[in-house]
Amino acid sequence: MLRFAVIGVVFTLLIGLFWVGLGLNPRELPSPLIGKSAPAFRVPELFDATRELSQADLKNKVTLVNVWASWCSSCRSEHRHLLTLRRQGLRLVGLNYKDERAAAFGYLNSGGNPYEAIGFDESGAAGIEWGVYGTPETFVIDRQGVVRYKHVGPLNEVVIRDTLLPLIAELERT
Amino acid sequence: MLPEIGQFALALALAVAMVQAVVPLAGAARSNAAWMRSARYSAFAQFLMVAVAYGCLTTAFITNDFSVQYVAGNSNSLLPLYYRITAVWGGHEGSLLLWVLMLAGWSVAVAVFSRHLPLDMSARVLGVLGLVAVGFLGFMIFTSNPFMRLFPVAMEGHDLNPMLQDPGMIYHPPLLYMGYVGFSVAFAFAIAALLSGCLDATWARWSRPWTTLAWVSLTCGIGLGSWWAYYELGWGGWWFWDPVENASFMPWLTGTALIHSLAVTEKRGTFRSWTVLLAIITFGLTLLGAFLVRSGVITSVHAFATDPERGVFILAFFAVTIGLSLALYAWRAPSVGLGGGFGTWSRETLLLVNNVLLVVAAAVVLLGTVYPLAMDALGAGKISVGPPYFDTVFAPLMLPLAALVAIGPLVRWKQDLPTRTWQQMRMTAIAALSAAAVWPLFYAHWSPYLALGLFTGLWVVLAIGLELHQRTGLRPAGLARLRPSHLGMHAAHLGLALVVIGVGMVKSYEVEKDVRLAPGESVDIAGYNFTFDGTYPLPGPNYMADRGTVHVTRGEETIATLHPEKRTYASKRGMPMTKASLDRGLLRDLYVSLGDPLDKGAWVIRVYYKPYIGWLWAGCVLMALGGLLAASDRRYRVRIAQAAPAKGKLAMGRT
Repeated sequence: MLRFAVIGVVFTLLIGLFWVGLGLNPRELPSPLIGKSAPAFRVPELFDATRELSQADLKNKVTLVNVWASWCSSCRSEHRHLLTLRRQGLRLVGLNYKDERAAAFGYLNSGGNPYEAIGFDESGAAGIEWGVYGTPETFVIDRQGVVRYKHVGPLNEVVIRDTLLPLIAELERT
Repeated sequence: MLPEIGQFALALALAVAMVQAVVPLAGAARSNAAWMRSARYSAFAQFLMVAVAYGCLTTAFITNDFSVQYVAGNSNSLLPLYYRITAVWGGHEGSLLLWVLMLAGWSVAVAVFSRHLPLDMSARVLGVLGLVAVGFLGFMIFTSNPFMRLFPVAMEGHDLNPMLQDPGMIYHPPLLYMGYVGFSVAFAFAIAALLSGCLDATWARWSRPWTTLAWVSLTCGIGLGSWWAYYELGWGGWWFWDPVENASFMPWLTGTALIHSLAVTEKRGTFRSWTVLLAIITFGLTLLGAFLVRSGVITSVHAFATDPERGVFILAFFAVTIGLSLALYAWRAPSVGLGGGFGTWSRETLLLVNNVLLVVAAAVVLLGTVYPLAMDALGAGKISVGPPYFDTVFAPLMLPLAALVAIGPLVRWKQDLPTRTWQQMRMTAIAALSAAAVWPLFYAHWSPYLALGLFTGLWVVLAIGLELHQRTGLRPAGLARLRPSHLGMHAAHLGLALVVIGVGMVKSYEVEKDVRLAPGESVDIAGYNFTFDGTYPLPGPNYMADRGTVHVTRGEETIATLHPEKRTYASKRGMPMTKASLDRGLLRDLYVSLGDPLDKGAWVIRVYYKPYIGWLWAGCVLMALGGLLAASDRRYRVRIAQAAPAKGKLAMGRT
């Protein structure tokens, strides 16, 4: 009888898990950071290890902070959107999360570099400050350095058109 | 008008499927022969209705009927005709219709080819397939209607996702669905056997060719998907452990376990209740895959547009089907006898270990796939599980499995001696070991992991030769007398060996270089020289391309001229697509794709050297061929009255 009980329990757990999972949106997630100043962090620049990147570099202009890694396959799917946003004149700052320098260079060389500056967060410590759960994640920071929006998962046409661009336009007006 | 006819045909198909589900099952329970015989006609009628619906949707695509929402979303008047036909399965609704069409097709095939089965068995099988069809047709009609009209009518279609505009994509989804749907036939046989209480070797023999064919389709579908990703995505990767890839891989793993466990049940009468459970699990995993892909619980590059209603429907379908099946199993399985016993060192034992390894591998993949969801559901935060996890846990499971593939066919059924096996096989083991140690020396560096992979792969090849030598003396006359199923087994095992060797080599020695090249500049990798000649514009039917020219030479010798392209599609999606150009070879592929344009005609160029990657696809083809050979064995088509009882075959000791 034991094996039937085991099978039954596993099956019920799976169903329960999926039921709960249906109610969750894997792409949206409230961040305690929204409405607050960007968290303090300090990481070396990816290309120039002598330079440092911190929250002070995010001010004065509406900025997208994009958390990415070369090992992240969904980052590749949003990459072309980042390049487009960059071409539209937006400032993008990358946070290269738990990655290796050489791998990150290869990724940017082949896919193109949409970022004005990239923080190299090898240990993931800055990621913790930002409440990063996984890559990719994208934050919208306004001119005062306040976090306005967070998107979890790869960006897509719909989010960019319906949410990001209107929000950015509004932030740039104020 | 046609879309409405299609929709009406779908509704009729649902009604017929209900009849197909209820009447034969009731007939089998009450021994009413007329009711049981109706199953065949219902199956034909259901197929006809679904085919009409499918034809209507295809016509809407061919005639660019943008008043149908699904057509407007997935086609475009500039799209070439063949892509308009394949665009039918380019989105969620149409691919579901294809799925249902295949399910109806398999049902018809069962109705046609199962005339030699006892009437109650074929009635129950078709009845269960009818139940499955009710679920999928209901899912389509109530949540994903492909014939929904669009008002106001769109002037132009949104276009088929450019990634899907490729020959590889024409065949990948249908083959994959053939596999998924084929396992519902295996499932139907298992449930029919549980219902009748007759779980014996004959049941296994009936079920085997169907299961093998499903496995062949799934193997081809996965192989083709991987091949497509390799050259179409432009990153040179061939397996990403993406949740949707995993969704197709899990039923493949348990399906592989199932075809081996069915062999034991047929030959030796053991593993009976385990085989039934595996059939249920495999079908359950195909449903689970459908749920993961189509409900939006998991983010993936493959996921279809999401709609919570759909997720609820499939989840309910999954819960009811698999829940009832498991309940039936728990009720009936204890009465199933254990079958013949076997010794600790016997073919049965090795096949048991094979099953355990494959099921554990499937469980490991399932865990990695749903773990992010579980963490999220428990409020523990969002995480992603990637290749590092899968690569770490998967290889240690696959290497012993490959070693088993070498040993298994040489061990006797029921009882054998480890010492006898060792005496037989030590020469092949030593030869494989030495070759595995030497082979990597021709390449850049030596690693123990690669040597282990090469050893298991080579050992499989040598063991196949040894087995054939023992059996036939490798004489043509002897080889010609071998059963197709026996040759099929060896072909599939050889295919696995090629995959193991190919994966090991490409993971160890691939070279990937992304460089900036201006026209006339060149780069060297792995002994090859790549010279970039610049790009020129080349218009396509519905896109503009920048076509590059790259000359590849080695020393003085010209190897190839490659033409990678960067395409921008005219429709609103407007995303640039990379078309890689490859020079394929037996021992290596050279892979060139265009990255981004830089100033003064210079480009970022990705130049990859992929050793032995062709062995992966060759291995998949061999596995599929092996499955086809095995399924073609005449003994599966022998009429029941003439079929020898399973015991008569024991002495022959064949898989």
